[in-house]
Amino acid sequence: MPISPAARAEAARLFAAFQEAGAQPIEADILQPADTLLDLYGEDIRGRAYVTWDPLRGEMMLRPDFTVPVVQMHMAHGADPARYCYMGEVFRRQDHAGPRASEYLQVGYEVFAREAPETVEAEVFALFDDLLAPLRLRTAMGDIGLLMAAVEGLTATPRRKAALMRHIWRPRRFRALLDRYSGCTPAPAARIKLLEKLATGTPADLMAAAGPQIGLREPWEIAERAAALLEDAAAPAIPAREADLIDDLLRLSAPAPEALERLMDLGVDMPAIRPAVERLAQRLEALERAGVWLSQVTFEPNHGRSLLEYYDGFVFSFHSDRPGLPPVATGGRYDALTRVLGQGREIPAVGGIIRPGVVATLKEARA
Amino acid sequence: MSLKIGVPSKGRLMEKTFDWFGARGVTMSRSGDEREYSGRVDGVDGVQLVLLSAGEIPRELAAGRIHLGVTGTDLIREKLADWPEQVAEVAPLGFGFADLIIAVPNCWIDVDTLDDLDAVAAQFRARHGQRLRIATKYHRLVRDFLREAGVAEYSLVDSQGATEGTVRNLTAEAIADITSSGETLRANHLKILSDGLILRSQAELFAARAADWSPANRTILSALTARLGLTTPSLP
Repeated sequence: MPISPAARAEAARLFAAFQEAGAQPIEADILQPADTLLDLYGEDIRGRAYVTWDPLRGEMMLRPDFTVPVVQMHMAHGADPARYCYMGEVFRRQDHAGPRASEYLQVGYEVFAREAPETVEAEVFALFDDLLAPLRLRTAMGDIGLLMAAVEGLTATPRRKAALMRHIWRPRRFRALLDRYSGCTPAPAARIKLLEKLATGTPADLMAAAGPQIGLREPWEIAERAAALLEDAAAPAIPAREADLIDDLLRLSAPAPEALERLMDLGVDMPAIRPAVERLAQRLEALERAGVWLSQVTFEPNHGRSLLEYYDGFVFSFHSDRPGLPPVATGGRYDALTRVLGQGREIPAVGGIIRPGVVATLKEARA
Repeated sequence: MSLKIGVPSKGRLMEKTFDWFGARGVTMSRSGDEREYSGRVDGVDGVQLVLLSAGEIPRELAAGRIHLGVTGTDLIREKLADWPEQVAEVAPLGFGFADLIIAVPNCWIDVDTLDDLDAVAAQFRARHGQRLRIATKYHRLVRDFLREAGVAEYSLVDSQGATEGTVRNLTAEAIADITSSGETLRANHLKILSDGLILRSQAELFAARAADWSPANRTILSALTARLGLTTPSLP
């Protein structure tokens, strides 16, 4: 379906509002090199983006979002701090028939700034909140940093923590790992069998018996992981009390001021999350100063975990109650992404996008 | 009017398809020269044989250019998005059995399950600075399966043939491919992950939902399914 004139008009209005807020308008190529996106998002992006081929530049993708080109452009020659806005089509391959558009407009606002992170987060959210206020949307916030801090604080081996950290954005896998590490579910039969086998000889002997060495993965890497498996099997379980606290954290869903109270209580038993809770308190203060009505905002530490894995702190979204519509707006902090794309350099970044097509649809329905 | 049935144009799949229909009183035969891709159907009126590459049959079914088609479950699921919306399963044919599986080198003594594969992918990326490569031609099926299983940090590399050789040739670390006996895997020093079965495939008779199902064509279909001893699928 072509993009409607109403969606274009809405996009222009939002784009102008972002410029008025002090953002510099920028453009990004529609054709983006696939390797950067693949390296960042993994194979999943190939299932969600249109991949094409260019005889000179190799594999290319129709831009699935603006974030990567904007970050790259900023890292190459941006001022510090900087505010950018953009407007244009993004392309998302859909594997299933349904209402999801494979081509739609995004209007975005991104801030790169080293100072006063909470104030910048509040600035972005308050701007979106203000622009979308007439639609009376449901707003939700989260903070991936809370869960990261909680994992860091577990009584667990560094390897287990790393595995949990790696799967923060895959909630089901995270849950399965936590259940196993805390002894809630026993090790699968296949793992027990593997461990028994590994205990019967040295890695070198077992590999020699298994046949020729093929592939890029070296014998020492195999031996290293075999040893790690045995070591892991002997490691004590994560205390049930600590796993329960993670559950409490992930189940929390409350209006932001109440959520903060509960997180402060949780911090008594989970000292590791206290700095993140303190940052949340400062963020909420900044939001209040910016005029956001916090009791209307739902806070969930679980929020934003099933998005593409680049938000690593504050996350937010605006939803309508109409079924079948995607979120009206989403955004958050993505410092780690700038670290990966910056090749050694990094700059804290917060931003978000609005889908003007959804805004237009909701306005038409209200009219 | 005639009802078009797409059948693999060569090899064992064609022979077995001809045998399967023949045993049920519907005789398929190639006409003229062995190199000519045309044929005929006897035993039921109004059915036209269309000989096609097995890999193209899903596409022809989706477009509705053929009414019925014989192809592998694997190809239908790989090539058609929301496949149940596009084709109806008429009957499994009991041949062309093959499993789509994930296999890794035998020498990976530390790997038996998808969990292990995921952990190795993390280790591999940290040590080699690139994602662990899995060679396959079944991109969609493999990607969906690995996403479900929570395996991360791999990349798929396309391999349209001799996939079992890619690990030895250092163009992939693992493979996802069709196997029937496992012999080619063994010969190439690969082992199947114990939970690495993605799909059990066999040759199947499918009906195209988008084909022209005029009353005349429905009558031919009923006659054909009656002759074959099958239930007529419900079609739009």
